[in-house]
Amino acid sequence: MFLENINVIPKQGEPAPSVSGPAVISNLSRRGFVGLSGALVLGVGLAGCSSGEEAETPVAKAGPSPLTEVKGGDATPSLWISIADTGAVAITCHRSEMGQQVWTAMAQIVADELEADWDDVEIVQALGHPKYGDQNTDGSRSVRYNFHRLRVAGAAMRTMLERAAAQQWNANVADCRAELGEVLHTASGQRASYGELAAAASQLQVPAEDEIVLKTRDQWRYINKEIPSRTVPKIIRGEGEFGIDVQRPNMVYAVVARPPQVFGGIGTVDDSAALEVPGVLQTVRLPDPAPPALFQPLGGVAVIGTDTWAAIQGRNALDVQWTDGPNADYESGAFEQAMMETARAEGAVRRNRGDTYAALEAAETRLASEYYAPHLSQSPMEPPCATAEWTGDTLECWACVQDPQTTRATLAQLLGIEPDNITVHATWLGGAFGRKSKPDFVAEAAMIAREIGRPVKVTWTREDEVRHGYYHSVSAQRLEAGLDADGNCTAFLHRTVFPPIGSTFAPGLATPTDGEMGLGATDTPFATPNLRVESGDAEAHLRIGWLRSVSNIYHVFAVQSFAAELAVAAGRDQKDYLLELIGEPRTLDPNAEGATYPNYDASIEEYPIETGRLSNVLNIAADMAGWGRDMPEGHGIGLAVHRSFLSYVATAVEVAVDADGNLTIPGVWLAVDAGTVVNPRHVRAQMEGGVIYGLSNALYGEISARDGAVIQDNFPNWRVMRMEEAPRAFEVEIVESNTAPAGVGEPGTPPAAPALTNAIYNATGLRIRRLPILGPNGRRLSLGDAQET
Amino acid sequence: MAVTLNINGEDKQVDAAEGTPLLWVLRDHLQMTGTKFGCGVAQCGACTVHVDGFPTRACVTPHDALEGAAITTIEGKEGAAADAIRSAWEAADVPQCGYCQSGQIMAAVALLEENASPSDDDIDNAMSGNICRCATYMSIRRAIKDAATRL
Repeated sequence: MFLENINVIPKQGEPAPSVSGPAVISNLSRRGFVGLSGALVLGVGLAGCSSGEEAETPVAKAGPSPLTEVKGGDATPSLWISIADTGAVAITCHRSEMGQQVWTAMAQIVADELEADWDDVEIVQALGHPKYGDQNTDGSRSVRYNFHRLRVAGAAMRTMLERAAAQQWNANVADCRAELGEVLHTASGQRASYGELAAAASQLQVPAEDEIVLKTRDQWRYINKEIPSRTVPKIIRGEGEFGIDVQRPNMVYAVVARPPQVFGGIGTVDDSAALEVPGVLQTVRLPDPAPPALFQPLGGVAVIGTDTWAAIQGRNALDVQWTDGPNADYESGAFEQAMMETARAEGAVRRNRGDTYAALEAAETRLASEYYAPHLSQSPMEPPCATAEWTGDTLECWACVQDPQTTRATLAQLLGIEPDNITVHATWLGGAFGRKSKPDFVAEAAMIAREIGRPVKVTWTREDEVRHGYYHSVSAQRLEAGLDADGNCTAFLHRTVFPPIGSTFAPGLATPTDGEMGLGATDTPFATPNLRVESGDAEAHLRIGWLRSVSNIYHVFAVQSFAAELAVAAGRDQKDYLLELIGEPRTLDPNAEGATYPNYDASIEEYPIETGRLSNVLNIAADMAGWGRDMPEGHGIGLAVHRSFLSYVATAVEVAVDADGNLTIPGVWLAVDAGTVVNPRHVRAQMEGGVIYGLSNALYGEISARDGAVIQDNFPNWRVMRMEEAPRAFEVEIVESNTAPAGVGEPGTPPAAPALTNAIYNATGLRIRRLPILGPNGRRLSLGDAQET
Repeated sequence: MAVTLNINGEDKQVDAAEGTPLLWVLRDHLQMTGTKFGCGVAQCGACTVHVDGFPTRACVTPHDALEGAAITTIEGKEGAAADAIRSAWEAADVPQCGYCQSGQIMAAVALLEENASPSDDDIDNAMSGNICRCATYMSIRRAIKDAATRL
């Protein structure tokens, strides 16, 4: 009965509504908006679907005027920027802050064009509402989608302040120049602060597009500068509100006992012992979900207590008999074998160049390798957590969600409430990595709050997070290649098999989607004359969801490992061979070879696949690592390069392996070309984080199932990388670029795993084709499996 | 059962069920939410507080065993080492999402209070109980060394 009509929200790699549209700037000052009198308030609307451009600015292609006065009283204030009579500048941020420093980035962009004094700027987190356009903070696209419109908004506001000053001084506006929160009359030296000018500026029309001059790059004051984070000063004092920190008057606390299997059922429930636990108030039975999973709660029994501990203790005392559901037979070992069998047979063609099968037959040397990568859990340090308050007419929620708008829509569907009666506050997110784009946990809180009539906070324990997630998909891949007598690659075949994310939204969907295929499979940049990409079907038995860089993880692991294997077979240097596979600098369009390639929702003209940029970052990273240098015994460097989320990243990893197989990672060197960069410091942090996330998963990460239930439950058996394992040397180089901004949150992850396994091969002769490398309990490589190098 | 806990130098009356871990007393009873929940089994360090100066996992420490002890949380931790760590954290933007950083800072301050000039190995030994999924590890290592120079 739940959610059957909900629209599947397009996610990364899927077609999405155009969101990088024009900045429709409106003057909201006269509406008494946000209770500021004498303030200048501009709204940045998101109507239309193409964006404006000025000459040397890296933005989307020109469209209709980006600056249009919104007509009539029904124009909903959207993203707004205000200047109070005190000079305080408030900027709404409609994207979720989860450590990528989006608050800082959005403020940098607006404040730069506005010529605001950085110390006057405050960020206000937007509620979840369609008026903000796309709020889905995933896909590494907050800057890409908003760079231009926020610049235009800031510049429009600056222009109005300059005009207001010129009017006051009876001066020519050309002689009035905004600078750091003031307007200066250059001839007389007269100055007026933004606060003094705000009321007068609020009476002016928003300037037309051709009256606004964006700054040139050399005039940037905050953009492309290492501006400190807006969140860190609070974090270092334990301040700032994460989802788990929300407090409401009269609030109670809940945890939920969920069926071990997805769509497993409840036989009997005996809560008498639970209700005896001190502090336990009551239990609430949640509705059983029906396929597809969507963002529905998994069902089960909620235990409500006067604090979180009481709820947890009460849950431990519950006596629930779970019943088997349709996924009861899911067992990871058997599933791995079945997927690999699928990968051994011809699959559905997803991209084709030349005649790969004929070229394989004709090849001097034929190679084939099979790769496996398991399910993974996102495991942000803050588990899913939500607080809900139900008044009888309205629902108000506070939660660590990546997409407060989808949260609102999901709650409306699930609870049968008008969206206008639902308020969703996005708190800070204690990490997310894709988990918090699924608001099932908010729906749990909302359902419980309605049932018990009190504000309630639902906390997921770590065990809940690891056992009941939306998992990164499990995959099996087979790659084949043909080499000619000189070792050149003449044919390249890539077959990939994995349960698609679409299975979470459409029951029985088993065919990998174009979006997922476009993450490291159909976008393979190799110039080999014959190239074929195929997919095989696999049915999902867990909820499948996005995890930092998504299908790129397993695809790039296989493709970049296989490239190094081909170099070895050809007797060639791995970097040189990879550069030859990539070929001459050119632009590449997989759509011209039968693929349906979404290109991360960007147009292929605006963001082409440029192989020269791939080669460039590969050369830089190899040079940084000292590729070719003499290595101590047991040391090796591995390389991998990939374009994802429209950015180009090459990674070199050095490993050291002792005679017993003990593995350490002394160094990582990474080069990234992400186009125009708003904050180099925070881009470096994302690269470091993305790499370690990928290395951690490759070394230890494995979520597996038995009898339909996830086996792992907490950090002891769901192992993640710790400080002592982190490389002592880690260098990041950002390529200077004037091209349009691309993603940075995810692109650091995909090359990490193959760079690591290629390094292990170069150090030991051991070729790893199955992840994880060590697993949760592993401490050493089994060097007995190594080939002679 | 009401007990008196000394937290950040102040005596607080707490009435929580016997054996309730300090973490939930801080967060749910005292609304001191700077100390974070990460795993509940002393594996991640997000809940690190100081008890009589020693870094302690609040998620597995019964509150009623702490009568008479001096409990210090991220909200109340002061002193030369804390100042140095906070300054170094801010100078380098160490935190990303920041969720684990209360625990990271409490562990780092305890290290610096004991060892004013820690080596990489000292840092790894002291900090490996604190998981950061954003992987600020490299940044933390650099910042602890920077903090040592600020002492």
